[in-house]
Amino acid sequence: MATIIEINKEKALEVKNFEFTYAGADTPSVKKLSMPVAKHNITALIGPSGCGKTTLLRSFNRMHDLYPNNKYSGEIIFKDRNILTSKEDLIKLRIQIGMIFQKPTAFPMSIFDNVAYGLKLQGIKNRTELSTRVEKALKDAAIWNEVKDRLKHDANGLSGGQQQRLCIARAVAVEPEVLLFDEPTSALDPISTAGIEELIVELRERVSIIIVTHNMQQAARVSDYTGFMYLGELVELGRTEEIFVTPKERLTEEYITGKFG
Amino acid sequence: MTHTQKRIIINDIVMALSTLSALIGMGFLFWILSVLIINGIDALSMSIFLNEGAPPGNSDGGLKHALIGQLYLVGYASFFGIPLGVLAGTYLSEYSQKSKVAEIIRDISDIMMSAPSIVIGAFVYAVVVAPFGHFSGWAGTIALSIIMLPIILRTTDDMLQLVPSTLREAAFALGAPKYKVIVQVVYRGAKAGILTGILLGVARVAGETAPLLFTSFNDNFLNTDMSQPMASLTVTMYNYATSPYEDWQKLGWAAAFILSMFILTLNILGRVFLLKKRGKR
Repeated sequence: MATIIEINKEKALEVKNFEFTYAGADTPSVKKLSMPVAKHNITALIGPSGCGKTTLLRSFNRMHDLYPNNKYSGEIIFKDRNILTSKEDLIKLRIQIGMIFQKPTAFPMSIFDNVAYGLKLQGIKNRTELSTRVEKALKDAAIWNEVKDRLKHDANGLSGGQQQRLCIARAVAVEPEVLLFDEPTSALDPISTAGIEELIVELRERVSIIIVTHNMQQAARVSDYTGFMYLGELVELGRTEEIFVTPKERLTEEYITGKFG
Repeated sequence: MTHTQKRIIINDIVMALSTLSALIGMGFLFWILSVLIINGIDALSMSIFLNEGAPPGNSDGGLKHALIGQLYLVGYASFFGIPLGVLAGTYLSEYSQKSKVAEIIRDISDIMMSAPSIVIGAFVYAVVVAPFGHFSGWAGTIALSIIMLPIILRTTDDMLQLVPSTLREAAFALGAPKYKVIVQVVYRGAKAGILTGILLGVARVAGETAPLLFTSFNDNFLNTDMSQPMASLTVTMYNYATSPYEDWQKLGWAAAFILSMFILTLNILGRVFLLKKRGKR
């Protein structure tokens, strides 16, 4: 019943028959879902609250494993392997697949240390290498000019938008292959939102991006592909302009024209 | 009288009553402090810090034995109590995954916190002092550690839980192993709160007398052997203050003054840390 576009490009991820059930729940929150994620493209996931889009996103870096008794089934293929197996090294996986959260999550340390955190975790100790890579990451996240004179200051002194860009800098510093954005602008003002969106589009050159958003205009503005989810199922996945102009599924059309949601 | 007038009058009465109550409370506090300061400073002299206890009538008696004994007792109690409390609090907040066991531990420590300290003293008397046949510094240390443990455990637990879970998730999302997430991110976020808990825990046991009376007992001379009875400021103060000799009573005042200042300082430090943390937000 679902309309899923074929992607002939290289894929960053491929989801096959994926199901996810939260601990203690009777029914899965994501049901028999299959979808490709194109490399160096931006894939947006939209859908009403509770449709399972964040649940799906948090499966790509196995975030659900932080809490006990959540159940996965099916496959998520990343670099020719299924990342849902128990022998998957979650630490390595999370270095390769980074995540940006809804609320900025600056650590209680200096701006420099925030960005250096992931690098230090990888064992980089050399001061010069650290500062070069921190500077590069902050430039990539378009925040370098604002913070270059106060790298030693507490990161919590930054504004919400700046903190979110700092978190993006922290995530890109470790050079992941995929970045997951979980409603990255829902806690920000319109100007900061525009800045983050611009940044996400620029990042596409280097990483494959999946973004969950409540804001349909945002999906239309930034993404190459859009997937519409409803009640734990992927109803339609297609090129963004087609989803918003000529959706093939009736449900998709009703959602994007605001008939429910 | 209109409805509004009535409300204004009731408001005035309530305000007057609560202001008066606050003043009465403050009045007693300052009364205690001023009596303590007047008598304490009067009794203070260099020889108090340099000399050990002396028989009554001997004017060069001091509190050196009690001060050093107190440092040993509180120092060792902190040495055991702080790491145990912080680690147990860490277990509850970070590792227990909201299990039944964790809830039971929380309830038990809440009960232990309000347990009369003399009961803890009696317990240590039964399991340490009685089997060994004599009072000892270790017994006092164990009693103080037990009193300190639940305070530090519960504040650590509470403060760690205040750290938003998204902060932990963000650290995990960068590929951090769990112990690094806890030590480098969560502890940092809760630093001020944990430190306050530690200071309040130490301040609490520093003022305990009852559990020491029948564990470390007392000694009128300097002793640094933890397996022997040991002097403490609180028990010394109790003995001196209740003695009929004027020079001993004076030393009792000095002990009370030094002890109060020490505990006051710890408490103020604790508040300062918390205020600093709030100020940052």
